[in-house]
Amino acid sequence: MPEGFSVIGKPLPRVDGMGKCTGQTKFADDLNLPRMLHGRLLRSTHAHALITSIDTSRAEALPGVAAVLTGAALPIKFGILPVSQDEETLAIHKVRYVGDPVAAVAAIDEETAERALELIDVVYEPLPAIMTIEDALARDDVRIHDYGDGPNIHKMVALEFGDVDEGFREAEHVREDVFFFEGNTHLAMEQHSAVASYGPDGKLTVWTSTQTPHYVHRALEKVLERPAGRIRVIATPVGGGFGGKTDPFSHEIAAAKLSMMTGRPVKITCTREEVFYIHRGRHPTLMWVKTGFRGDGRITAMHFKSFLDGGACGSYGVASTYYTGALQTTTYTIPCYKFEGLRVFTNKPPCGPKRGHGTPQPRYAVECQLDKAAADLGIDPVALRLRNLVEPNSMTVNYLRITSCGLRECLDRVVEASGFRTKHGRLPRGRGVGLAVGAYMCGAGVPIYWNDMPQSEVQIQIDRGGGITLFSMAIDIGQGSDSVLAYTAAEILGVEPSDITLVTADTDLTPIDLGSYSSRVTFMAGNAALEAATKMRAIIFEAVAERLEVPADLLVANGRRVYVKEHPERGLSWPEAVRVAEARCGLLATTGSYRAPQLSGPYKGSGVGPSPAYSYTACVVEVQCDPENGEVKVEKVWIAHDVGRAINPLLVEGQIEGSVYMGLGEALMEEQVFRRGVHKFPSMLEYKSPTTLETPEIRSFIVESVDPEGPFGAKEVGQGPLLPVIPAVANAVRDALGIAIDETPITPDKILASVTDLRRGGTGRIGPARVPSIAFKAPIRVEPPAGWRKVTV
Amino acid sequence: MPKTLLTLRVNGETCEVAAPVHKTLLEVLREEMNLTGTKHGCELGECGTCTVLIDGEPWLSCLTLPVEVQGREITTVEGLAAGSRPHALQETFTELGAAQCGYCTPGILLAAKALLDADPDPTRDQIARALAGNLCRCTGYVKIFEAVELAAARGREGR
Repeated sequence: MPEGFSVIGKPLPRVDGMGKCTGQTKFADDLNLPRMLHGRLLRSTHAHALITSIDTSRAEALPGVAAVLTGAALPIKFGILPVSQDEETLAIHKVRYVGDPVAAVAAIDEETAERALELIDVVYEPLPAIMTIEDALARDDVRIHDYGDGPNIHKMVALEFGDVDEGFREAEHVREDVFFFEGNTHLAMEQHSAVASYGPDGKLTVWTSTQTPHYVHRALEKVLERPAGRIRVIATPVGGGFGGKTDPFSHEIAAAKLSMMTGRPVKITCTREEVFYIHRGRHPTLMWVKTGFRGDGRITAMHFKSFLDGGACGSYGVASTYYTGALQTTTYTIPCYKFEGLRVFTNKPPCGPKRGHGTPQPRYAVECQLDKAAADLGIDPVALRLRNLVEPNSMTVNYLRITSCGLRECLDRVVEASGFRTKHGRLPRGRGVGLAVGAYMCGAGVPIYWNDMPQSEVQIQIDRGGGITLFSMAIDIGQGSDSVLAYTAAEILGVEPSDITLVTADTDLTPIDLGSYSSRVTFMAGNAALEAATKMRAIIFEAVAERLEVPADLLVANGRRVYVKEHPERGLSWPEAVRVAEARCGLLATTGSYRAPQLSGPYKGSGVGPSPAYSYTACVVEVQCDPENGEVKVEKVWIAHDVGRAINPLLVEGQIEGSVYMGLGEALMEEQVFRRGVHKFPSMLEYKSPTTLETPEIRSFIVESVDPEGPFGAKEVGQGPLLPVIPAVANAVRDALGIAIDETPITPDKILASVTDLRRGGTGRIGPARVPSIAFKAPIRVEPPAGWRKVTV
Repeated sequence: MPKTLLTLRVNGETCEVAAPVHKTLLEVLREEMNLTGTKHGCELGECGTCTVLIDGEPWLSCLTLPVEVQGREITTVEGLAAGSRPHALQETFTELGAAQCGYCTPGILLAAKALLDADPDPTRDQIARALAGNLCRCTGYVKIFEAVELAAARGREGR
């Protein structure tokens, strides 16, 4: 436990733990309201087609059907980003992927609703469908959307920081590599679910499993054309999100509209198969990376190209595209850097943000290439990374402000604990170790829609019995945000976390928090809670100081008492202190707000990447590969994460372990793939994900760099630890068998093909040969930050 | 839809429930009896989320018809605690952070209870095998293993 804290740093239980362990926590689908109807969505069976007609008369005539809804009733489009408002609640003229919603039904029970869907007659006129990045770039006769940076290019970006050509001229060794990162999905255990209830007072309430109640609120306001004050969104505890519940969705809006039509509550819970089609997961990404090195391993320049397969909607795609180019510079000093990226539309379920949002793909490419370069240069992979590590309190060439940075310590910890130096290149054939590092944001510095208001606000109110209620729109998705808020208030007010009552994620009752995405909640809502609690403590201290006739700055709050630090017997119990304060000041209520400092660089596109802090991770993976059957067994994982300060080390470890697990799934088995627009295996049995039997021993190390701006010095841990896991596995497989699988997932068939190729005298490489030869637009040229050191010989 | 009167023993109580005969035990527990602690992840027998105990054995309630289990002891997560005193597994899962989002937790608790009732001192490998049919996307399973081991240790010490 860090000195001076009584709650922070302790391995305490989660505040919501017992509710979840007794079945008392109410998830969205657990809600049952009187007279509630059950809704279902009819989804397109075509990947790309015009809707010629929709006839709902047979469905409407079915006994038990209360309402049938089609897109014509909700013509206003929505989407998470202001620049990509391209989604219809229910498709009106055209469907863009198998699974695109086209109609909705509310009935007395799910079976009746399901039968009604079968009675809706939709006539489609099929259109040619685009299924690959190459097709999307090659074809201009088919257009999925009527906006974007090309016939089927959603977004194209090109940025150059410093003079990359000059940087490559300085290089003694230049590598060009091509990688492909396959798409995969969140597979949260809870299916998406929403319950809407429109009351006789004209007020609409929507309970939904969402990571972003504020954005759902905005989408409902827009599409339903109702004032925000007449809509209340309550996020229910989220049964796993990982980014999959950060968009506003059709089922939420449809449930709301159906409730308004019928005057009865309506629940829509999606099936597991539907969730595979709702998706918004990892973008399949093709990447080309060219990096120049000096003979001693120092990087002179990097040129990175990414091609994202976006699926059928914009979603977060513009941000995703920028993210594939933004954070390369946060781990290594890259003196000049060029990024070209594009995202295409295809007739597949929309991709979006999944844990790491747009950064696991480039991190995989960069870390795999570094290992190849290390071999070329005869430098060990640790030394190569150490030679290029970013320094704390520095600025990257693309204007990202680095403050606290414990990457060096992370690297040291895992290299030492794993015995990497004695193992790498020295283990028997079939056994190998791999190393990689990563960095991630602690909240996007810039909000999704432009505004100059705080990103997080917290209110604390105390009743005269001493009970403390904390109000915040933050939603716990399993990451522990409820606990972080309670620990923060408890630490400052000198009480136990169980003394704090939380009211969260309710647009009527709680002040803003933008949502559980971009690893922002501990940093931003945590800081807001810290401010509100600190103000509250000051009010109470002033009142107690007056009563005790001592200066307020001699008081402390601890152990449910407020007392003179040097004379603990002189003090008041917490309830007494509260009553004294209320008598003096009236209602005890304080607020705290957090807004990130202005961090964007002086160029268009600089809004993606800046964060008030970055977490750092290093990871070593040891694998056993069987060259006869291609199986990879991950034996052990060593992972060190710079979380700034562990608010609760137990929860930090839990996030690290969960990230390792998810990274291993992405590295070795998970793939979201389609055959003519139909998901190959939309079931939890066939979409392979790791079980208890594939769980390796995980040795995690918490590194505390104590961030100057984080609450108590804390940074994020929900997403960053995933990043190095995937390339560390790839590098370990290369070390074990001398092969290069330059695409994910690294499956047995690929390993066998690679081993066979090597045996026949080939290179043993499996992966894409090239990227499309498309001309990117001229890059925006950005002068490096003032004082940026020039490349010197 | 015609309903059948079912007599079920759930968490030590005999209950009469009228439900269409094709409704699964999962649906009857959640929708007819309001025992929503039992969750669903796929309703196809793939994820283990809906696990309940039938005469102490883990069963997938999404693949079970109530008529099959009339007269047998059905235990859901709501029946795990003894009155207001939580089961040892509920305590250790809470203490060690073995529940993150908590959605798979009820099923895992019941599968773990069946294991510990049969073997009070399981190895890590035996725990992994007993829980191999229960997917969890949050924890990486590590804290779950540790929580089962801690509950087992406390059970052996008679706590």
